[in-house]
Amino acid sequence: MRRQLITTKGLSRGEIEAVLDHAADIAADPAAFRDNHEGALLGLLFYEPSTRTRMSFETAIKRLGGDAVDMGSVESSSAAKGETLADTARVVEGYVDAIVLRHPKEGAAAMVGEFVDVPLINAGDGAGQHPTQTLLDLYTIRENAGLEDLTVGIMGDLKYGRTVHSLAHALTNFDATTHFISPESLRLPAGVRYDLTESGAAVEEHTSLEPVLSDLDVLYVTRIQRERFPDEDEYRAVAGQYRIDAETLEAAPDDLTVMHPLPRVDEIAADVDQTSHAKYFEQAHNGVPVRMALLDRMLEPGPEAHNHPLSEYKP
Amino acid sequence: MSDTDRELRVSKIRSGTVIDHIAGGQALNVLALLGIDGSEGEAVSVAMNVPSGRMGHKDVVKVESRELSQDELDVLALIAPDATINIIRDYEVVEKTRVDRPERVEGVLECPNRACISRTDEPVASKFEVLDEGVRCEYCGTIVRDDIAAHIRST
Repeated sequence: MRRQLITTKGLSRGEIEAVLDHAADIAADPAAFRDNHEGALLGLLFYEPSTRTRMSFETAIKRLGGDAVDMGSVESSSAAKGETLADTARVVEGYVDAIVLRHPKEGAAAMVGEFVDVPLINAGDGAGQHPTQTLLDLYTIRENAGLEDLTVGIMGDLKYGRTVHSLAHALTNFDATTHFISPESLRLPAGVRYDLTESGAAVEEHTSLEPVLSDLDVLYVTRIQRERFPDEDEYRAVAGQYRIDAETLEAAPDDLTVMHPLPRVDEIAADVDQTSHAKYFEQAHNGVPVRMALLDRMLEPGPEAHNHPLSEYKP
Repeated sequence: MSDTDRELRVSKIRSGTVIDHIAGGQALNVLALLGIDGSEGEAVSVAMNVPSGRMGHKDVVKVESRELSQDELDVLALIAPDATINIIRDYEVVEKTRVDRPERVEGVLECPNRACISRTDEPVASKFEVLDEGVRCEYCGTIVRDDIAAHIRST
């Protein structure tokens, strides 16, 4: 298993399926894994707000018998004194067995990866990537729609949506057709489109859900944020076109799986929650077994782990 | 007076580097890239948009007492892919090379993405992978296709 998970680019189908299979084993019998990493300490470096990602990582390491430490809020941390991320990461590396990083700048995790030797997980780098979200998304897709002969629609903010970028890359490993549905101003970034094309995927872009809805096995909705638009009126006009409710879904296949990385605002109306399409809460719950599976694999001591000064440390 | 004499716009240099076959109009970017602004007293000659059999029009830069490092040649290759480098000693061309497109360039370009970690105070140099058409930031993945010279870091 690799010691760093920075992007989903370059993750193979085999690597992805190994994590998903392991997550399924864990979900079936979580108690069997509760002592797997007794004493292991996870360092949570979160420079941006997070509820699900942070809590599910903390839950995951605790359910494996380990524990987590964090730096508290950014305002109360050394970052407020001007310490660089590279310095903070090198300090924290000496305290913990693995680092989970969320940071507002794109490429932050890739940079930290140049400075630390402990396992490193990117938990979101600005508008870049969010690979662990993708693993739990794929797990949810596999459970509900399978990963063969799949048609996925990804809708909303495709430009700044890091979960979208990671998922789009990862889906190129599978027998999947992906439709990208967004306003013109929030299309996939050129860099992501370049990678998808390089990997042989056709990038099908649409400005409206309606023409593709009946073909979809999975509809992945993301939030369009107010701050991406120059003014309130334009935001309301555009965002309103990418909202779904129970009525929208009447035209959808009966077995359509609707997903959302959450938090949602109003892009999925509450009346969808009652339908059989709604899988976004299940999706969020899957964060724990999937992150347990990932940590279980990444914390397996590799040859270099034995050189870590604290791996032998017992208080 | 021969045609050659009449066409001669830039005098020969005793020793240094002649960068020939620069795409027309790119000479000032080449100088900016190399950090050459004449402030150190070196003699610099620039010819822009002169006729060229091979290129139609080309720029030529001559710098007295200066030879180029490999890093400099690498980045030069991005903005002047057809350039030829002539090393001059005692008025003679002692070495003539073409530039090679590098696989990556470090520390020379600035990522245009203001949200990129390489644009912060972190202790890292910018890193770009060279693609068939353009370059790509190795941190945030942003691709620069046009006018790469505009992204040369100001020193």
